[in-house]
Amino acid sequence: MINIKDIYKTFGDNDVLKGISATFKTGKNNLIIGGSGSGKTTLLKCIVGLHEPTKGQVFFEDENFTEMDFEQRVPIRTQIGMLFQNSALFDSMTVEENIMFPLNLFTDQSMAEKRDRANFCLERVNLKDRNKLYPSELSGGMKKRVGIARAISMQPKYLFVDEPNSGLDPKTSILIDELIAELTVEYDMTTVIVTHDMNSVMGIGDHIIFLHQGQKNWEGTNKEIAHTDNKELNDFVFASKFMQAAKEKL
Amino acid sequence: MFESLGKYILLLRLSFKKPEKSSVYWKEIMREMVSVGVGSLGIISIISIFIGAATTIQVAFQLSSPLVPLSIAGKISRDSNILEFSPTISALVLAGRVGSNFASQIGTMRVTEQIDALEIMGVNAPGYLISPKIIASITMIPLLVIISIALGITGGYIACVVTGSISPADYLMGVNDGFDPLTIKVALVKAFVFGFLIASICSYQGFYTSGGALEVGQSATQGVVFSCVWILFADLIITSLML
Repeated sequence: MINIKDIYKTFGDNDVLKGISATFKTGKNNLIIGGSGSGKTTLLKCIVGLHEPTKGQVFFEDENFTEMDFEQRVPIRTQIGMLFQNSALFDSMTVEENIMFPLNLFTDQSMAEKRDRANFCLERVNLKDRNKLYPSELSGGMKKRVGIARAISMQPKYLFVDEPNSGLDPKTSILIDELIAELTVEYDMTTVIVTHDMNSVMGIGDHIIFLHQGQKNWEGTNKEIAHTDNKELNDFVFASKFMQAAKEKL
Repeated sequence: MFESLGKYILLLRLSFKKPEKSSVYWKEIMREMVSVGVGSLGIISIISIFIGAATTIQVAFQLSSPLVPLSIAGKISRDSNILEFSPTISALVLAGRVGSNFASQIGTMRVTEQIDALEIMGVNAPGYLISPKIIASITMIPLLVIISIALGITGGYIACVVTGSISPADYLMGVNDGFDPLTIKVALVKAFVFGFLIASICSYQGFYTSGGALEVGQSATQGVVFSCVWILFADLIITSLML
């Protein structure tokens, strides 16, 4: 479980996050949604420590992550897996080396054990026998899957995903969403996903936080989202005619 | 300027923190050593031979007085190569070849979130990315400078044979005359300092890149420009302190 308490983040004169509090439960797909510039990615980066919040605290279970220094954070970070928007695979390494990288640094496993783990992770994301390819030889969807394989290589307790569907076709997007949802249950992870993809929201949104102008504007599930009378959320979710028509049928 | 200096010093401090696993870092150091050393051997060989040859011809041309023995051209050419041309020109060329590579590599990793990925995993990104580059540079650039000195003197000999501006025998007599080991010491100190400056300045520029492809290019250019300026400044300081 991850708890965030009263998170503020300011860049110069720009108040990006204004007092956000939330609880992200274990075994659930926790989605952070909102329009462009609403502060979704900044919030995610504050939670994982890539940005330091101007004010507020982040707790992983009962441990106050915000007050820890780099060394103190390492044990928690080895339990974190993250899939970046552009996958962020290491260009100079093969697919297998990318997946084995955290294992090389933080475990004492033998080469055979690390290879087995890499093969297992690749098989899990349906990319068997692609071990020796370089990231430049992969499609966008394959890169995302390798990113997921790398994120789960250390069997993390926490999975963070930034815009998993950006740049992907709808079919691949659904496959990625389903994979993340399956892994969340399989590893009993606390998964936090930043997205503005409505398919993801309706498909895997166990717990959704809607950000508007740097503040938490709404919180609920994918079942509740269709029936809310929150104006900002309705404007965001049902912006397209297709979604409006879908809502009328509900 | 002071803010940049502070950031640079802090980054260096982070770069030399205890590594998570020495074996992984060792592998990186070896990879960088091959890239810096073997990768630069070709260009360093070419410039050293040509500069050595050109220096010898020019010195011979200037020593046209019958009162000065021509063998002195070999001596001047040797000392110029050891003290100035091999360390400084090599370093300026390496700032372009190696430094721009460091800055653009780290800069690209920054803008494509690869450095964020390292940090999320709990890896000390400056240590993993920058320290192997600095260690590789401070060990391989002195070796390259030694090779450059040997090739520069050889280039001078070839110029004597080909152009006949002075006889090869006079040149060799000059090269062997009054050799002071201090000159080699000065060259190696320069190479060590220049190696450190190239790797650290270019890595710093790359590490603090923000934006996209355009900014990566700018970081690489700035890295090379700043390295060259600091190399020339350090050259002056070391020369005045040691000679």
